[in-house]
Amino acid sequence: MGDIFSSLGLVVVGIAIFVAVLGALYWLASQLPEPWRERARTAVFIGPGIILLLGLVIPALLNFRYSFLDRDDEWYGFGNYRDIFTNDNNIKVLANTLWWGILVTGVSTIIGITIARFADRMRGEPIAKALIFLPTAISMVGAGIIWNFVYSPKEYGLLNSMLRLLPGEQETKFFLQDPKLFGIQSNYVPGLNTVLIMVVIIWIQAGFATVVISAALKGVPDDLVEAAKIDGATDRQAFYKVVLPYIKGTIITVATTVVIAVLKIFDIIQTMGKGGSFGTSTMANEMYEQAFPQDNEGLGAAWAVLLFVAVAPIVFVNARNQRAMREGR
Amino acid sequence: MTDISAPLPHAVTADSSTDSSKDKVKDETPLMTKVAKATGSGPGKYIVWLIAALWTVPTMGLLISSFRPEDDIKTSGWWTWFGEPGNVTFDNYSSVLSDKVGGQPFSSFFWNTVRIAVPGAIIPIAVASFAAYALSWMHFKGRDALSVFIVALMVVPLQMCLIPLLRLFSSDAFEKLPLEGIPSIWLAHAIFGMPIAIFLLKNFIGSLPSEVIEAARVDGASHMTIFLKIVMPLSVPAIASLAIFQFLWVWNDLLVAKVFGGGARNQPMTYALVDMVGNKGNEWQLLTAGAFITMIVPLIVFLSLQRFFVRGLLAGSVKG
Repeated sequence: MGDIFSSLGLVVVGIAIFVAVLGALYWLASQLPEPWRERARTAVFIGPGIILLLGLVIPALLNFRYSFLDRDDEWYGFGNYRDIFTNDNNIKVLANTLWWGILVTGVSTIIGITIARFADRMRGEPIAKALIFLPTAISMVGAGIIWNFVYSPKEYGLLNSMLRLLPGEQETKFFLQDPKLFGIQSNYVPGLNTVLIMVVIIWIQAGFATVVISAALKGVPDDLVEAAKIDGATDRQAFYKVVLPYIKGTIITVATTVVIAVLKIFDIIQTMGKGGSFGTSTMANEMYEQAFPQDNEGLGAAWAVLLFVAVAPIVFVNARNQRAMREGR
Repeated sequence: MTDISAPLPHAVTADSSTDSSKDKVKDETPLMTKVAKATGSGPGKYIVWLIAALWTVPTMGLLISSFRPEDDIKTSGWWTWFGEPGNVTFDNYSSVLSDKVGGQPFSSFFWNTVRIAVPGAIIPIAVASFAAYALSWMHFKGRDALSVFIVALMVVPLQMCLIPLLRLFSSDAFEKLPLEGIPSIWLAHAIFGMPIAIFLLKNFIGSLPSEVIEAARVDGASHMTIFLKIVMPLSVPAIASLAIFQFLWVWNDLLVAKVFGGGARNQPMTYALVDMVGNKGNEWQLLTAGAFITMIVPLIVFLSLQRFFVRGLLAGSVKG
């Protein structure tokens, strides 16, 4: 019970201090003569936000500088970037991240479209969609443990047990330690372990895609589909030629949102790939591993910059697309 | 980045059939049945149910296993439990709660998660609400430029700030502040959540009817009064969505806590679980129960507040 009280106590104290400080400052501002009173009150309202935003802007700028230093904080020029693009392990990380972006985004979006289409107005639609959506709520660490259990080489591993049902002698597979895919081991091809970890993120993201696309489907005007049918379109044609183009904006939103999340994938690699062993590392994971456990902050900073370069244009496309959608309606 | 102030499509929750009476009215029009056929759901429904079943099995396996005796978990698959459904125990839960990670019992990691997640959600939203009000209804130089700048900051992934912020937090100037441990995790989450929170709340607060706020100004109400008595009550839906999203984000976070929390003493459950996967990877009686304990709160939030949850997810999905 002591834990409960100390937790809640800390929470209450933290919030009380914040409110008290802000209240006191606002009161002080109100004591000033005009025009200073209004300016000081504005500063109290926006000041804390500005300070926190500076905590984002200044470190982000410093990070560019750090990316040119080596592990002893000595000037290293573009050395970290050169190391990233010439070292085999790092090329594997870049290729993995690219595959993550393509495969997970593509498959999640397609599953989302498929379920949204077929579940639309079906009996039990809310239940089916809630089941598919559920994994979105849980942590990637929790999800990683759920799937570590499925992929386990022991007798309780679901996937191995299912393979044993196949005819012939089946040897036990160590899925998460298998860096080959169909016997190919290459820096440019993700291993079986990486693909199986991707399945977990598809499992999470497909629910998100389903719910968002499903909402958009319900906004498609009925007469649009009706008109296509009267003109002789089949169900399939009506869906691909009329409905899908109508919800294009939503599909772009879903795809860009999934890419942004996937490029930053970290927790799941820590939980399922033992922090990036067996060729499972990705950019965000490598950023963490280099900067902190390996204590090479320069290299970590360089990975962060590359992540920024990869993510920024997608955030931009996402924002522009959403603005276009808002203005279009 | 979706505008949460815009009226959401009514069917945006997975539970669409119950949450909107508009739905039902619409469904009764004969046209709709034709459309349902037009978009085709004949054999498609089997695909949907197949995927729904596939999606549920892994979680169900974990849940069932967490209630099986240790010896059973380690020697047979969870699906064999259906042959002996009486075989249920809570031992795994009690043993994981007292199991030590880095010298701390797992239960203390649970309380750390609570300590981190509640202020981790409240602080950024409180700060962002004030800022969003100022950007919408207070007049000062450079207001519009500042708004644009804040939106632009959403392109910065939090990874860009980890190394410099950690250096700052461990510098001499900061050592004197009482920020070590959990408060520095709060601060980091508040920093990373700021652009999206200000952006979303400004969209909402800025679109409130200006007559209401002008009228209050004319009546002599101060900004603080208008903010607390008019703007906050009207903004409850937007704040609730954002709060739920931010709360779950922080609850489920591993990276920020790992970087800023210091030793195991200040770490959340996600940290303890990753440590257990590394060091006790085959102790499934601990892992299954431990994983389920981390999932309970998000699942409760999900099931009870699904409407807000989806809205928040949509709104905040490009965060960080």
